[in-house]
Amino acid sequence: MSEATRAIEAVWRIESARLVAGLARVVGDVGLAEDLAQDALVAALEAWPRSGVPDNPGAWLMATAKNRAIDRLRREKTYERKREEVARETGALFALERSEFEAAADDEIGDDLLALIFTCCHPLLTREARVALTLRLLGGLTTPEIARAFLVPEPTVAQRLVRAKRTLRDAKVPFEVPRGAELGERLPSVLEVIYLVFNEGYAASAGEEWTRPDLCEEALRLGRILAELSPDEPEAHGLVALMEIQASRSAARHGPDGSPVLLLKQDRGRWDPLLIVRGRRALERAEAMPGPLGPYGLQAAIAACHARAIRAEETDWVRIAALYDTLAQVSPSPVVELNRAVAVGMAFGPEAGLELLERIEDDPALARYHLLPSVRGDLLEKAGRTEEAASEFKKAATLTSNDREKDLLLRRAEGQG
Amino acid sequence: MRFMMFMYPQIEEQDWQPSAEAVEAMSRYNEELRKAGMLLSLDGLHPPSEGGVVSFDSEGTATVTDGPFAEAKEVVGGYWLIQARSKEEALEWAGRVPGESCRVEVRRVFEMEDFPQDVQDAVSENFGG
Repeated sequence: MSEATRAIEAVWRIESARLVAGLARVVGDVGLAEDLAQDALVAALEAWPRSGVPDNPGAWLMATAKNRAIDRLRREKTYERKREEVARETGALFALERSEFEAAADDEIGDDLLALIFTCCHPLLTREARVALTLRLLGGLTTPEIARAFLVPEPTVAQRLVRAKRTLRDAKVPFEVPRGAELGERLPSVLEVIYLVFNEGYAASAGEEWTRPDLCEEALRLGRILAELSPDEPEAHGLVALMEIQASRSAARHGPDGSPVLLLKQDRGRWDPLLIVRGRRALERAEAMPGPLGPYGLQAAIAACHARAIRAEETDWVRIAALYDTLAQVSPSPVVELNRAVAVGMAFGPEAGLELLERIEDDPALARYHLLPSVRGDLLEKAGRTEEAASEFKKAATLTSNDREKDLLLRRAEGQG
Repeated sequence: MRFMMFMYPQIEEQDWQPSAEAVEAMSRYNEELRKAGMLLSLDGLHPPSEGGVVSFDSEGTATVTDGPFAEAKEVVGGYWLIQARSKEEALEWAGRVPGESCRVEVRRVFEMEDFPQDVQDAVSENFGG
């Protein structure tokens, strides 16, 4: 790739989301908006290597895309089409010809971007489609980049994107920010998509394909954008806080051989203090708002408890246990119960933790989950019930597919964990 | 990845206090960075005369020099720490700084993984690993 092309690509990464959002507002369809934005990119790739990058590349791209849109719609009108489509596109044409080429006002751009976020994360779309469309239209990632990041074949991603855009068009999903009660209903879908992207990157072990850890940064970026655009949504700040604090541990999560290091065994000197501060600040914003913390805010508050402890022994387990109590009420799940049992065990002794585990031991969702016997083994060991502990560790070892984890569990079963 | 953008104002120290217009333009730029989700932190610095310098000779002996300084040299006026997806993207953002008579230097921040293993181990030993 030439230097000029790389510079254009960088501009594209910065401008593409706003460009697609601005165009989608005018033409009312994200698929068409993306095509027009791509036309503008092609034009830029032709023109800029000769003329240099213009002073205001965003405005240049927008003006070019709008001109292309007018050409395209005028041309297409001459073909025989369904009456409704012509009407819709004439409306778009009218809007395009009328709209000014100067950049929109700041809050308008913000509204367009927010509308794009909500449209990409529309509940009509499958989770995979939402993720792909968000990375494509808001992150400016190419189809091959998304495919590499999610370890799926390129045609699969391409197909997901095509289908998603078609679904939105066929359902005539309006390009807008949901208002009132609908906003509250649709926000969780947006938060979920961003957190999924984050976890996809976070779950990747050290040394894997570079694009995967990059997903964490991209998710953080999207989360921060969302929080800036909807500053009154406590869960947007809660999600940012959770991601910032989790990301602060990235460098400590793997040993030199790439094996995972558990939270309490991590070298806290490797935690990133800047991200911790940023996370705590975001959490404070969520806490300062009226009403109790939501699931993301609560998880962030738990993460912040760990971040505050300079050494693992200083962890405030009583507070963490209380936060898990609340989380179990707000967003109950067997995995939350399992974590709650760990926290209660640390705060009030292993027997208290074991008691909580009894309530979920028959949960079908956890039947094949190695962490259930592993946690029980840990609590039994602490309670001095070594034989029972050993059998739990052995059981856990049969359930995990990770060889390193299996070794660790079998060592613990021998009493040398 | 992270990049540090250093601002080197090419001005005399008596002109260090920026005008209200300059501050406003810079605030707008900072807001753009923040809204793009890329700004991690930023600070503006007091002029060097209010600071000091500690120099070490080849033996490692330290000498403190308090401001103001006789020789005028290029000094940092402030910095941004940003997250960007490539050097080109960071350079593009640097190009959008509303600057006049200044230089903005873009430098990539070392990540732990950029160091060889022995250096990483040394970091762990010194920070209570």
